[in-house]
Amino acid sequence: MQVTITINGEQVTRDVEPRTLLVHFVREDAGLRGTHWGCDTSNCGACTLWVDGQAVKSCTVLAAQADGHEVTTVEALETADGLDPVQQGFIECHGLQCGFCTPGMMMTARWLLDHNPNPSEEEIREAISGQICRCTGYKNIVEAIQWAAEHPKTSEVNA
Amino acid sequence: MTAIEEVPLSPAGNPIGFGNMKRVEDQRFVRGQGNYVDDVNLPGMLHSAILRSPFAHAKINSIDTSAAEALPGVVAVITGKILEGIPRPSLLGDNFAWMPTLSYDTQAVLATDKVRFQGQEVAFVIATSRYIAKDALELIDVDYEPLPPVMDAKKAMDPDAAVIRDDKGQTDNSITDVHGHKSWESGNAIGTAEAIAKAEADPDCVVVTQDVMYPRVHPSPMETCGSVAYLDKVTGQLTLYTTSQAPHAHRTVYAMVAGLPEHKIRVISPDVGGGFGNKVGVYPGYVLSIVGSIVTGKPVKWIEDRNENLVSTSFARDYHMKGTIAATKEGKILAVDVDVLADHGAFNGVAQPTNYPAGFFHIFSGSYDYPNAHCKVTPVYTNKAPGGVAYACSFRITEAVYLIERLVDCLAAELGMDPAELRLKNLLRPEQFPYTSPTGWVYDSGQYEKTMRVALEMAGYDELRREQAEKRARGEYMGIGISFFTEGVGAGPRKDMDILGLGMADGIELRVHPTGKAVLRLSVQSQGQAHETTYAQIVAHELGIPPEDIEVVHGDTDQTPFGLGTYGSRSTPVSGAAAAVVSRKVKDKARIIAAAALECSPDDLEWELGRWFVKGDKERGKTIQDIALLSHGSLELPEGVEGHLEAMTVYNPPNLTYPYGCYICVVDVDPGTGQVKVRRFIAVDDCGTRINPMIVEGQVHGGLADGIGMALMELIAFDEDGNCLGGSFMDYLLPTSMECPDYELGETVTPSPHHPIGAKGVGESATVGSPPAVVNAVIDAISPFGVRHADMPLTPANVWRAIQGRPVRVDMAVE
Ligand code: FES
Ligand code: FES
Repeated sequence: MQVTITINGEQVTRDVEPRTLLVHFVREDAGLRGTHWGCDTSNCGACTLWVDGQAVKSCTVLAAQADGHEVTTVEALETADGLDPVQQGFIECHGLQCGFCTPGMMMTARWLLDHNPNPSEEEIREAISGQICRCTGYKNIVEAIQWAAEHPKTSEVNA
Repeated sequence: MTAIEEVPLSPAGNPIGFGNMKRVEDQRFVRGQGNYVDDVNLPGMLHSAILRSPFAHAKINSIDTSAAEALPGVVAVITGKILEGIPRPSLLGDNFAWMPTLSYDTQAVLATDKVRFQGQEVAFVIATSRYIAKDALELIDVDYEPLPPVMDAKKAMDPDAAVIRDDKGQTDNSITDVHGHKSWESGNAIGTAEAIAKAEADPDCVVVTQDVMYPRVHPSPMETCGSVAYLDKVTGQLTLYTTSQAPHAHRTVYAMVAGLPEHKIRVISPDVGGGFGNKVGVYPGYVLSIVGSIVTGKPVKWIEDRNENLVSTSFARDYHMKGTIAATKEGKILAVDVDVLADHGAFNGVAQPTNYPAGFFHIFSGSYDYPNAHCKVTPVYTNKAPGGVAYACSFRITEAVYLIERLVDCLAAELGMDPAELRLKNLLRPEQFPYTSPTGWVYDSGQYEKTMRVALEMAGYDELRREQAEKRARGEYMGIGISFFTEGVGAGPRKDMDILGLGMADGIELRVHPTGKAVLRLSVQSQGQAHETTYAQIVAHELGIPPEDIEVVHGDTDQTPFGLGTYGSRSTPVSGAAAAVVSRKVKDKARIIAAAALECSPDDLEWELGRWFVKGDKERGKTIQDIALLSHGSLELPEGVEGHLEAMTVYNPPNLTYPYGCYICVVDVDPGTGQVKVRRFIAVDDCGTRINPMIVEGQVHGGLADGIGMALMELIAFDEDGNCLGGSFMDYLLPTSMECPDYELGETVTPSPHHPIGAKGVGESATVGSPPAVVNAVIDAISPFGVRHADMPLTPANVWRAIQGRPVRVDMAVE
């Protein structure tokens, strides 16, 4: 079947099997390998990206379900203004080690801050609780998101 | 080395030496530009999938692959029979169906005669897409004849137990190591037995015996294992992109397995999404991707599912331990005796130094001063996945530390003594270092009491005890758990330590370009440790070159010198030392060149960071960058001095380094539900010099989460039929942000006297040290119910059962 998905603002049209998972579409068909895959059971969140602005686990969505929708991936976080504060926060606070969970964590973090610019530690922990990191023990991820909350995007400051 | 503020900053704002520096690697990772194995796509590449056994033990009568082969898109289906037909001029075994393990055992690449664990590799499908390869698995018809599985290690040596390794002509399930031993002993058997017997007879002494199980767990890095193999038939060059913590060691194994010449094999380990020991072993999947490329002439990619990762790749622990500790009633420890039944699974696939078949478990005497210790470890085969040394265990020091720290708490309970006080009474004293332990380890340095007092202070220990007493009076159950651990990390020296005959020493090369920029080539392999950052800092510290001017190359056997790789916390102790030594060689050569340029004797020169200058005339000097250019220029050099500024070395560590620490965990337990909440975790580590404290602390955080997971949640158990009960993240529970507290870290710094920069390994300290702290805290909380011990994982159900006095068996689903 033919599927057209707007990924990071660009339309990607491909013939795919109906069972193709969105994570595979994004990685293999669109060639955007920043979105990772880490489990068979929707537990790890390495595959987290946005569909129509909602953070979702893309291993749990069929590409066909995203047909005609907008997908945003980690590759879109950096803009002409530079790194997203979430990306900068992960660097500043050592919020990553192997980097495998990081794109998914950052997509959730950006989603959280867009909806709740000043989250409490509890709210941050809750927001990332569907995602697993094996390296950091989460403390610095929480701090990275707090850092990003304290350093809003220039566009947000101006708005 | 705590005086970080004294380190000068580079133009980019990085410390020219040790201190907190943002990681070089992060720039690509935060942009989603990491390059992991599954991101590698080669032209014409095929995909693959492995058919795995549903049975733990079964005879294979026949395999029919015809329907799978007929599926459009399937390129080839490979079975064990086909592999058996491929002869090889091999050092180990004579056909492709079997491969050597890192412990001189053999392991089936694809099962031929029997399957020996659930999830074992049975057939390999190569197809044009991963989806088609998976579809084809459904079409393979295997006629299995189930055999009784041996799932309970305690019954593996029963006379009526099924024999698992009949392929080797075995008549029972014992394991014999390369030296012909069926059990592994250390320490003083007679002295220990006598000391314990004497204590038993002495009314002023106590003897406590406790069974302690360290159940089977799994490292589960977020990235599963995988590989992309391409054999170029024209050049004969095999390139393997793979998830490997030890690319050079893997290359040698492939040379043995495939009979390919080593110089025609290039192993590339790109970005690795976490290892924790899971990516040390050589797995059938890697070998099959190579075979697939040989058969098809195309690149073949193999990527594991999470289920495959959990059920078939290197597990950790599975040690049934019985410990006996004798002490005076004043709390002076006299002796410890340990008996271990070690479940190694169906193939002895542990990755550890040859002379240490029980790993470094023999360091179990711990951080305490007593003369008599002895242990005996007896390994057995069972119908479970192979492995055993993984999950940041420092070659089984995890098990050792867990055992001694549980025993000390049991002793404290028996004596009615505070566990902190009991530890302080027995800790090794600074003047005892270097200290030779009763089992022969030479601990390099430590200030144990100081470190423990820092931890007690940070925790507010006395206040916590007061709070606990008040809460108990109200019927609330909080617990405080302490663990004091000592690790030995950084294997070799090479004369004592090898893996498959490869001595554990590591090469390194440093080249300073004409413009003063440098490239450092490492044998060790980062899986998230940030070698590209910290190794540049070591060179910067030694030579004064800004770290941003130093490129660190690793993970490619064609581009790096030989070495044994990264596991057992060995990177900093071995290759970190190598980086300092090779820098000093360059510095020595730079001195000669500077002297030639300044027309003086090298002896007249003095070093300050980044520069040689004439003693007494600070203005006259040459920077390392000047010298780099001079070394490549036309300056006349003294007799016997070659041009250019570069050096290499192979670092053979004189001894292990011995990091240690004191951890304190505070928990609240709901006795009605058995639910445990980790309220606080205080971790004070002493790993000697800290190259990049931010990175050290990050690694400690990760290890603490591991420990909380193992103590409370993680478990690979089996039912009696051989089914793995931890085959997905729905069953194998890993800690999330909700279970982990906001850790409180502290440090003391006692440099290693034999390491060039005084550093010790730290990558596994927290994984080793934290489980006993959590378990001790939970047991402390529920001790009013008369509980002295309960095995991990302390899930709500298990805690509740312990409180109710019901028996718990964690490794087997038996009631
Ligand atoms: S890959 Fe999607 S949740 Fe694990
Ligand atoms: S950084 Fe490795 S899994 Fe999170």
